[in-house]
Amino acid sequence: MIMKLPSPPLKALLCALAALMLGGCSIEPWVKPYERAHLADPIMSFDRNPVANGYRNHVYQIRESARGAEGGGGGGCGCN
Amino acid sequence: MAVTDTRWRYLAAGVALALVSALPGARNLFATVLPEDRADVMYHRYDGGGVEVDGPTLQVRKSIGESFSVSADYAVDSISSASVDVVSMASPYTEERTETGVSVDYLHNKTLMNLSLIKSDESDYLSETGSFSVSHDMFGDLTTVTLGYSVGNDDISRNGDEDFGETANRQNYRVSLTQVLTKDSIMGLNWETITDEGFLGSPYRSYRYLDPASEKGYSFLPESYPTTRTSNALALRLKYYLPYRAALSGEYRFFNDTWGITANNLEFAYTHPFREKWIFDIRYRYYTQDSADFYSDLFSRRQPFTYMARDKELSTFHSHTVGFGVSYEIKPDFWQFIDHGSFNLDFDYMRYSYDDFRDITEGGVAGEEPLYSYSANVIKAYFSVWY
Repeated sequence: MIMKLPSPPLKALLCALAALMLGGCSIEPWVKPYERAHLADPIMSFDRNPVANGYRNHVYQIRESARGAEGGGGGGCGCN
Repeated sequence: MAVTDTRWRYLAAGVALALVSALPGARNLFATVLPEDRADVMYHRYDGGGVEVDGPTLQVRKSIGESFSVSADYAVDSISSASVDVVSMASPYTEERTETGVSVDYLHNKTLMNLSLIKSDESDYLSETGSFSVSHDMFGDLTTVTLGYSVGNDDISRNGDEDFGETANRQNYRVSLTQVLTKDSIMGLNWETITDEGFLGSPYRSYRYLDPASEKGYSFLPESYPTTRTSNALALRLKYYLPYRAALSGEYRFFNDTWGITANNLEFAYTHPFREKWIFDIRYRYYTQDSADFYSDLFSRRQPFTYMARDKELSTFHSHTVGFGVSYEIKPDFWQFIDHGSFNLDFDYMRYSYDDFRDITEGGVAGEEPLYSYSANVIKAYFSVWY
């Protein structure tokens, strides 16, 4: 079995991810816990209403070829 | 070759993240928490392109002790379809889809694991999916990394044909990174690869080909799809807290697959709380895609290729969506077990315009019929409670 290297976009993603995490080991958190009031506000959530977002992704998945990386929701249905 | 390549990608992703997770500095920094205890009851309705879908959705989530959280989902889609595909090749139909799901989250040493099972059942389509994911918060809780895997098995039948029976298998691989950028901004990066194998078309749909012997100038034959598909999607999301209490967000996703489809979508949203109890949302989304290699609105002859499809979802098209949402928060004193709740109403207007899919119900010379387009309205009304 011949193993091929990952494709360039995936390689770049993995390198960026690894570099970010390695770099993070020596970095002090630049946003202190007491500075996170805005980030903790529910309006800053990527998925404030998971049920409604899941349905919205489902509607798009049925009508479009693109799928995946929705960041939550979705389900396994082949209904066309 | 494609399968070997794909497996290597997953192995590489897994090894890289396992190594990173084992780094000494990554310890003592996680602060992952269980999802909130909440329940949602939603009524949804989709109306457009000759298709009407409506029904209820219910989701309940409750933590058990300090380590477990369980949730259950139930949704029904009542479908009434007289879409352009159905009208041109068959008769309008009605059917019902039921989706049920259970999920367990487990928090251990500040690592959050999730296991979920989803079943979707229609008269001619049964789909069962199992998912597993692991999440870590790290680097002073500024970074969250999630790895996810799903496997699904579908059984496909054809109403009115006892002899027809096919299967399809699906595997999803997800990597996501959520990163706090500043005290006012956050970023999300999601990668997902999906592989399918089996019967991936529709048992009902046909492709169209030029047929001089036919009165209309064309005839139909059942579609033929490849039996494998691998797709990749990469999405970047940004959210920014404005100088006053409101949030601005943007999203871009790139998609491609082994069927030759490339798609892009871009979305912007603005969230604006009003006084203490109201939250307003407005959003705009643009989506565009190129057609699959084996798609054509009108093939030149009866059987020119091995794979042939005329599914408009595989054609070249673009869409615009404009959405609006409003939420009103309540704090009922008379239900002591409820912390707070919200009434929500969400509306989306969608417009799809096709570049190479023609509306043959309009008639005309074969291949010169007007291009198809349609608009749809999506309404979601739901009630959420936290306890």
